[in-house]
Amino acid sequence: MSAPAAVLSARGLTKRYGRVTALNHADFDLYPGEILGVIGDNGAGKTSLIKVLNGAVVPDEGEIRLDGQVVHFRTPEDARNAGIETVFQTLALSPALSITDNMFLGREIRSQGILGKVFRKLDRGAMERIAREKLSELGLMTIQNIAQTIETMSGGQRQGVAVARAAAFGSKVIIMDEPTAALGVKESRRVLELIKDVKRRGLPIVLISHNMPHVFEVCDRIHIHRLGRRLCTIDPRLHSMSDAVAMMTGAMAPPAVAETV
Amino acid sequence: MTDNAPKAAPADFEQATAAADQTVASFDTHGRGPLQKLQHFLHNFPTTTPLLVLVLAVLVFGYFGAPRFLLVSTLSIILAQVTIIAMIGVAQTLVILTAGVDLSVGAITVLVTVVLGGLTVGDNAFLSGPLALPVGLAVGLLCGAINGALVTYVRLPPFIVTLGTWQIYYSINLWYSDSATVRAQDVEDAAPILQWFGNAIEFGGARFIYGSVFMVLLFCVAWYVLNWTAWGRHVHAIGDDPEAATLAGIRTRRTLLQVYMAAGGICAMAGWVLIGRIGSISPAAGQSANLDSITAVVIGGTSLFGGRGSIVGTLLGALIVGVFRTGLSISGVEVLWQDLAVGVLSITAVTIDQWIRRVSA
Repeated sequence: MSAPAAVLSARGLTKRYGRVTALNHADFDLYPGEILGVIGDNGAGKTSLIKVLNGAVVPDEGEIRLDGQVVHFRTPEDARNAGIETVFQTLALSPALSITDNMFLGREIRSQGILGKVFRKLDRGAMERIAREKLSELGLMTIQNIAQTIETMSGGQRQGVAVARAAAFGSKVIIMDEPTAALGVKESRRVLELIKDVKRRGLPIVLISHNMPHVFEVCDRIHIHRLGRRLCTIDPRLHSMSDAVAMMTGAMAPPAVAETV
Repeated sequence: MTDNAPKAAPADFEQATAAADQTVASFDTHGRGPLQKLQHFLHNFPTTTPLLVLVLAVLVFGYFGAPRFLLVSTLSIILAQVTIIAMIGVAQTLVILTAGVDLSVGAITVLVTVVLGGLTVGDNAFLSGPLALPVGLAVGLLCGAINGALVTYVRLPPFIVTLGTWQIYYSINLWYSDSATVRAQDVEDAAPILQWFGNAIEFGGARFIYGSVFMVLLFCVAWYVLNWTAWGRHVHAIGDDPEAATLAGIRTRRTLLQVYMAAGGICAMAGWVLIGRIGSISPAAGQSANLDSITAVVIGGTSLFGGRGSIVGTLLGALIVGVFRTGLSISGVEVLWQDLAVGVLSITAVTIDQWIRRVSA
């Protein structure tokens, strides 16, 4: 069985900051419909890898392909326009603004006709309708009031809004950076269910996390990053968490044969 | 180092929560005391406080102070008096919403007035009134652009930048004008359009100058832009959390630069109105406008920490200051006590703002 073509892939990514090499010829592959975990010790270059993939950092060398086409992201906007959405660890939500305002921040919908073209009037109705729709799709309508401000919401609810925003606009890939790091046990559970929901809707997800139980629970494959490059990709069904930790810290050699998807 | 059942592990430790309450972060709307309810209400409708203060102040001064305070004529005088501060307050609100502050607004306003005067009146005049106006606007925009460029591209704190440019613009103003006042009669002869905003609509004993009408229109435009355009939402988002705004895809620096330029442009318009209001052109006018505009913004409930506030509040804030000053003055209270009252008002307003901000905690 031949492997399906990768949705998002990278070859030979290199990024140096002065004498520090953050990425050292790193490779990356994300296949359709999967959740790919990215794990690695602190300083392994996970963050740099993700920043290159979502356009926040321009690599010194290497190429990125989206659906087989070579892409050059100069800014996060480029990546967003190409269909790659990121849920940042800090969530990138504005506390004083409403759920709707936050979901559409930077890509607001304007009214039809002269009001929108000349007076640049926002189409609040349409934005609220879409926001409510997207939140309902993900089962997040325990959030009753769409005009509610983010600061009045719990950590899990905020995460929910950030995920819903990514799911609403991401057409190709969603990248999530430590989505459960700041959450309690029960809220983490909700977010993990949310991630599975997004997967069921067909979007491939890149999940960066330090939380091994979470990674092993939801991921189809795990990309282990070490010393600025991909050490190996493992199948969570064939390896234990301690194996993964051993590999990412260098205590254990990676499996000799690449595991298929 | 082997764990034979990795898939079973994740669920294991969460078994312990099975017996726990399974609701996740439900909304706790009951059990609030009246004080907390008030706090939440003010959080949702921040202009309530300034509105109440304004209405109360008008009634109190009318009832206990002087009955003539309640005359429409008196109120129209107050409106004329606060016109300049309110206009500059619009500029200040924009900047403060981005968590900045603009101390140079007064200096820009005055600089524009002397430029307009210098271009049209006296020996060196070479432009007619209508042609000088775009130049005045350009001067305001340029001053704002300098502030904005220093804040966004050189990344200096807005307080330091505008403290510096305040002195610089003020010096240029003294140099350009030779520290001389242009008499109202000379302005009227050479460029009557500069005084156009001093014309008034009169009815029922009240006298509304065009400048005040223009000021109210400016507020309407600012309200619309801040609340009904993407740009306005971006201004709030940048003040709230600049990093989140950048990550969400807002061009933070471009928007900030535009905010400072808009502030400069509004100050230029305020300069034009200022000439209409006082008739003459004085390089010494408007020096208190910096702090007065900040006072109006703060009393109006806009947070100095950025991101939240309302343009309507600024109009109310400017009116409150005007009502207090005129009310105390009509009641025969000395100027020094008026200053004290405005000081107490400002501190009270910021205290209330801090309290409201703690609502989510």
